[in-house]
Amino acid sequence: MSAGIITSAYIAASVLFILSLGGLSHQESARRGNLFGILGMAIAIFATIYNPAVGNYALVIILMVAGGGIGALVATRVQMTAMPQLVALLHSFVGLAAVLVGFGTYIDPTVGYFGVERTIHNIEIYLGVLIGAVTFTGSVIAFGKLQGVINSRPLTLPGRHLINIAIGLACLWLGWQFISPGGLEAGLNPLIIATVLALIFGAHMVMAIGGADMPVVISMLNSYSGWAAAATGFMLANDLLIVTGALVGSSGAILSYIMCRAMNRHFLAVILGGFGGSGSSSSSSVSDQQVISISHDESAQLLREADSVVIVPGYGMAVAHAQHPVSELTKFLRSNNTDVRFAIHPVAGRMPGHMNVLLAEAKVPYDIVLEMDEINDDLPDTDVVLVIGANDIVNPSAQEDPEGPIAGMPVLEVWKSNTTIVLKRSMATGYAGVDNPLFYRDNTKMLFGDAKDSMEKVLSALK
Amino acid sequence: MQIGIPREIYPEECRVAATPEVVTHLTRLGFAVKLETDAGRAANFSDAAYAQSGATILTSAAEIWESSDILLKVRGPSEHPVLGLHEASLLNQKQTLICFIWPGQNSELLSRLSDSGAYVLAMDAVPRISRAQKFDALSSMANVAGYRAVIESAGEFGRFFAGQITAAGKVPPARILVIGAGVAGLAAIGTAGSMGASVRAFDTRPDVKEQVESMGAEFLMLDFAEDGSGAGGYSKTMSEEFIAAEMALFMEQAKEVDIIITTALIPGKPAPRLITAEMVDAMKDGSVIVDLAAEQGGNCELTQPGGVASVNGVRVIGYTDLPSRMPAQSSQLYGTNIRHLLTDICPDNNGQIVLDMDDDVIRSMTVTRNGEITWPPPKIELAIPVQASNSPPPSATTGRVKSSDKQNNVTTLIGLGVVMAIILGVGAVAPSSFMNHFTVFILAIFVGWQVVWNVTPALHTPLMSVTNAISGIIVIGALLKIGAGSSLVVLLAAVSLLIASINISGGFLVTHRMLRMFRRDV
Repeated sequence: MSAGIITSAYIAASVLFILSLGGLSHQESARRGNLFGILGMAIAIFATIYNPAVGNYALVIILMVAGGGIGALVATRVQMTAMPQLVALLHSFVGLAAVLVGFGTYIDPTVGYFGVERTIHNIEIYLGVLIGAVTFTGSVIAFGKLQGVINSRPLTLPGRHLINIAIGLACLWLGWQFISPGGLEAGLNPLIIATVLALIFGAHMVMAIGGADMPVVISMLNSYSGWAAAATGFMLANDLLIVTGALVGSSGAILSYIMCRAMNRHFLAVILGGFGGSGSSSSSSVSDQQVISISHDESAQLLREADSVVIVPGYGMAVAHAQHPVSELTKFLRSNNTDVRFAIHPVAGRMPGHMNVLLAEAKVPYDIVLEMDEINDDLPDTDVVLVIGANDIVNPSAQEDPEGPIAGMPVLEVWKSNTTIVLKRSMATGYAGVDNPLFYRDNTKMLFGDAKDSMEKVLSALK
Repeated sequence: MQIGIPREIYPEECRVAATPEVVTHLTRLGFAVKLETDAGRAANFSDAAYAQSGATILTSAAEIWESSDILLKVRGPSEHPVLGLHEASLLNQKQTLICFIWPGQNSELLSRLSDSGAYVLAMDAVPRISRAQKFDALSSMANVAGYRAVIESAGEFGRFFAGQITAAGKVPPARILVIGAGVAGLAAIGTAGSMGASVRAFDTRPDVKEQVESMGAEFLMLDFAEDGSGAGGYSKTMSEEFIAAEMALFMEQAKEVDIIITTALIPGKPAPRLITAEMVDAMKDGSVIVDLAAEQGGNCELTQPGGVASVNGVRVIGYTDLPSRMPAQSSQLYGTNIRHLLTDICPDNNGQIVLDMDDDVIRSMTVTRNGEITWPPPKIELAIPVQASNSPPPSATTGRVKSSDKQNNVTTLIGLGVVMAIILGVGAVAPSSFMNHFTVFILAIFVGWQVVWNVTPALHTPLMSVTNAISGIIVIGALLKIGAGSSLVVLLAAVSLLIASINISGGFLVTHRMLRMFRRDV
């Protein structure tokens, strides 16, 4: 196949990827968007396989079938509640692949560049490997934290900013060594050391970020995996890789920005980490107040009498796998002509859009699932708000305590409704470590226990 | 604990301290409820309905008083016509009584109660703080009274409230003046307004102007700078000059309006005299005055507490039992206030009450305990939201928003400048082959930027998993290297090919699975 045809195939693939991302913006076009993505990928792979530079066809087919099979198996088996972990794991693969391809390109004897071109080529390799390495370990740590293998509390080593700065400076110096004229062997040592440093850096960076900031971390790693792909594209002089990497990179960056805005935090502050370990002392003044607990029967009674109900799900719903009983409850209430809607905070859960996916899995129609801005104004007229395993996103101190650690974060104003029922395992604070004055309000009732269990009991009491 | 609900013995009192619904809740809290037979009859709640809710019906009032730990009543204790003794003397020091006491006006009753040694909570002494709103029986009774005042006036008033133009001629709307915009006044404004009358209202507290206007009435302003807001959101006595100006306003209004409803009360004092005989004279024939302060002496000079006076063609209604004239509604509201109180003082839902004198609400309500009079309570800081304090911030915030906007613009400009400088710097040294790729790179970033901004939050996860699959495009890098000569390179390429393939199929399939789940309501 001629180079011209390969290039046009790549153009087609690029266009399909852009259409894919565009399609994913809206519910109606989302499935078509996914198909465009698959089509683009197929075109790109076939065009590349016909490239004369590609050999070892038997190996290629075996590996691709094996990899595709593993991917398909994981994708069909994974629980929807475990989606953030899966996404983190897949990000780490892109990072690792970028590192490997970078090394392969560097030691590949068939590539010959000289002068400025060689310098630029080496810079490209260096950047690609470093970004890939950070993505790799960062994603692995994120996976571990989400899976619960690693404690999700932020790890704050003493002088962690100094460690990061030292690693950054070391990488700059090693980079200078790496691109300085010299043989293949001379460049390999700096590259390996820099890669190890980048691996440490990625792990350390995500270790320092608390569980509540995971939506930002996941989308940031998504962005990094894109930049790693783009850097690989530069080192291989492949425009398709560059375009795709840039698309993914900017899309991840936008998602991170949206998440940060939803928490009223600066991106840099999230990345520098350490949030959630301190700050619990600031609101101790409210902790001696009494909460009003409520039984399953009384909750059912309140729901039965309500004309309008808003359900606010949080990470606790995902942990307890309570989405199915919640969906059942919704169905039952709606069949009794109760107006039931869902209010989703942008950072609810551990991944952007996490709650939407869970509710969709439980077959909650998406047109009753609303965003924070769409529903906040309706909350004062709502009879009952059901808060399921959410804490910081319904914390009134974000608005009322200007000194508090979450001051200014946009929150769902559930306390303005007539009655709020909070499902919670215990009185522990949320990931931000901030006490929640909502629990002590007169119109707030606490339903303690496992969310799934509680929902099932309320449902049977209703019936 | 045993809760006893005796029948009200005050003449013409139709209310009852708990409805069957309230009894259901109380038994759920772990209390055993006993009720004197026919206690709810005047409020249209039958003994059978109470029995169904879990109450035990007893015929003897004496037995109720004797065997209960907590006694719920509406009116304060008085001479029992059947038993021939005072209800207070039936109490002992192990019992708790919850009802209206009016300790300020009834010092004799208060000393009788303290002699009994019982713990007495006065429902009229609930402090006006937001936490205690759900027990505030005065507000719920005032609400009923305000409504009923309009209904009573409509009964005496010989005309429509709403203006009409009919074939038989034009009917002007009734003009109603409400004096005092507390709970009762606001309820009266709302009721009269919804019946079609043209309503105006006056209050010495300028803060309530907004509330009056929100109910659709006109607020009469007095051109006089004095704030009548007293402690706890109630009114205080005004200066002489103010009262003179006020009286002039009322005189003027009396000539104009058809109905005057007065609700002016100052806590612990006789009701202020606002409507003089002269003003009543000035009113048109057929006009009506409803004096909600009749029990405290009346706002109108001519009010006869408990009855209707007819003076020069003007009817002055002085009923003192307006809430009792709507017994089912009043009992339901009062009973719910009581239920909330009991829920609050029974923290473990086990039918045991805990009376904590450190709690501001309980402290204020307690009038006697252990033979000791604990009224009046020490002053507590009352937090009543002042409407005015909410208004200044907006201007400040807009100012800040503007400045941060400006700052944003500057940052954006600086950012753009830096990006341009970097691109220029790269272009100065890099060869043209690199610049071609660089162009593609920058353009792709902008395309991604434009395309992704519109994503709906619900699709964040699918978007991420699809971009994840797409970034598996790195498989191309692996493919291009797998044909290389060096076996180490082939090995590296093979591993990346495998994991990138996992990424591609896993990413696309999981996206597909998620998207299939999103469905619209059918």
